Amino acid sequence: MTGEALKFRDPELARALAAKLAHQMTEIGRPVSVMHVCGSHEQAIAKFGLRSLFPKALTVIMGPGCPVCVTDVPEVDEGVVLAEQGVHIATYGDMLKVPGTVRSLADAQALGGKIHVVYSPAQAVELARSMPEQEVVFFATGFETTAVVTAAVIVDNPPKNFSVLSAHKYIPPVMEIVAEMPESRVEGFLAAGHAATITGWAVFEPFVERHKIPVVVAGFEPLDILAGLVELVELVKEGTPRVVNTFPRCVTREGNRAAQAELWRVFRPLGGRWRGIAHVPNGNLRLRDEYAHVDARRRFKIDITKLWDYAPPHLANQCICGDIMAGIRNPYDCKLFNKECLPENPVGACMVSNEGTCKIWHLYGGVPDLSEVPA
Amino acid sequence: MCLGVPGKIVDIDGDIATVDFWGVRRQVRLDIIDEPAAVGDYILNHVGFAIRRIPEESVAETLSLYEQLMAEAADDAMTSDIRGEIAAASAMAPEKGRA
Repeated sequence: MTGEALKFRDPELARALAAKLAHQMTEIGRPVSVMHVCGSHEQAIAKFGLRSLFPKALTVIMGPGCPVCVTDVPEVDEGVVLAEQGVHIATYGDMLKVPGTVRSLADAQALGGKIHVVYSPAQAVELARSMPEQEVVFFATGFETTAVVTAAVIVDNPPKNFSVLSAHKYIPPVMEIVAEMPESRVEGFLAAGHAATITGWAVFEPFVERHKIPVVVAGFEPLDILAGLVELVELVKEGTPRVVNTFPRCVTREGNRAAQAELWRVFRPLGGRWRGIAHVPNGNLRLRDEYAHVDARRRFKIDITKLWDYAPPHLANQCICGDIMAGIRNPYDCKLFNKECLPENPVGACMVSNEGTCKIWHLYGGVPDLSEVPA
Repeated sequence: MCLGVPGKIVDIDGDIATVDFWGVRRQVRLDIIDEPAAVGDYILNHVGFAIRRIPEESVAETLSLYEQLMAEAADDAMTSDIRGEIAAASAMAPEKGRA
């Protein structure tokens, strides 16, 4: 079955796919957990109430699919320290409330830091051009899809007062980490369509080879997601792990080669921590030596240790974002969820971004009550 | 942030395309598109850059989800992400974001 063959927003088809899933799960005869790694997938699942269509034995978990959420605390600290040094920081709006050790970028802004919200790295470059006497640092977050665009502006001769603080992350290595966690029961991955638009679906083949866990690339339509899950559960049932692309209208085997070339020309993978999850070998994207002149970490002295004299806010110790992103627990397991931790005053990063599990469940609800869904 | 948004190319000047997103015209860079695009093609825009030329036979299916979402209230999470993607392809002047 492919995405091309689907007729969209067809309730009959949605019910048929749900019935197929139920039938597959009956045949498997035991609970199965699968994971997706994309905030947009979780938004669509929650918004369209897809969990009400999933069989009870099938658990669909959102993994570390929110780039803002996995930006590590010391990375936020670097941005805060730079702002306190008088550097202009340009970043995506979602980053402002993400907690650092003691301050977020929004806190730094309230204390007089010059923080600018941009939608695109190109806007950060324009900001630098508009004030040549000032240093402008683009605090870059996002997965490979977004990193290629940062790469594109870096190779396009940005002005001398422009540099990049890269917190970009690379998804394939974190799938390995999640698969290897002793608590993990994940038996299949639903990969995000648009990230795979860049990398191509073949990027997942070594993972499948190593872990014998199937990967299905799926789109963002409710029916795309259902069809992707049917394919994934089938692979689990048959015990035939491989990569299947159910989103051919956006994803090819090779992906966007021009974008990949740009990405790896500018960035190299480096091990580093993902907030709350683990050290992820090759999980961070850092600037290569050839682009040291654009690398904020090499252009400025950034001493984040001076922030560490303070104790972190005590509520932060109770935050379970890391376990939620690793798929071990869900927001309802958190004592703070929808109580002390709300979008207006988030304790953890997952409540900040529209792509964070906690924020999405706060907005749309997580697991709907089946009795409320009309037959 | 990873969703991207489709739009139709109405003009191309070098590496910059003018793209129509539901009546809103924005500039989109073509530096890293997967294959050459022409006026009339649909592209997938992500933070101001085209990352994919959408094959003609897939345009209608690709647009359908977005058309539903564009009709939603602007504070819906998916809808605001899409509006953010359109704003990313702006006239490049820094502007207030979705913080």
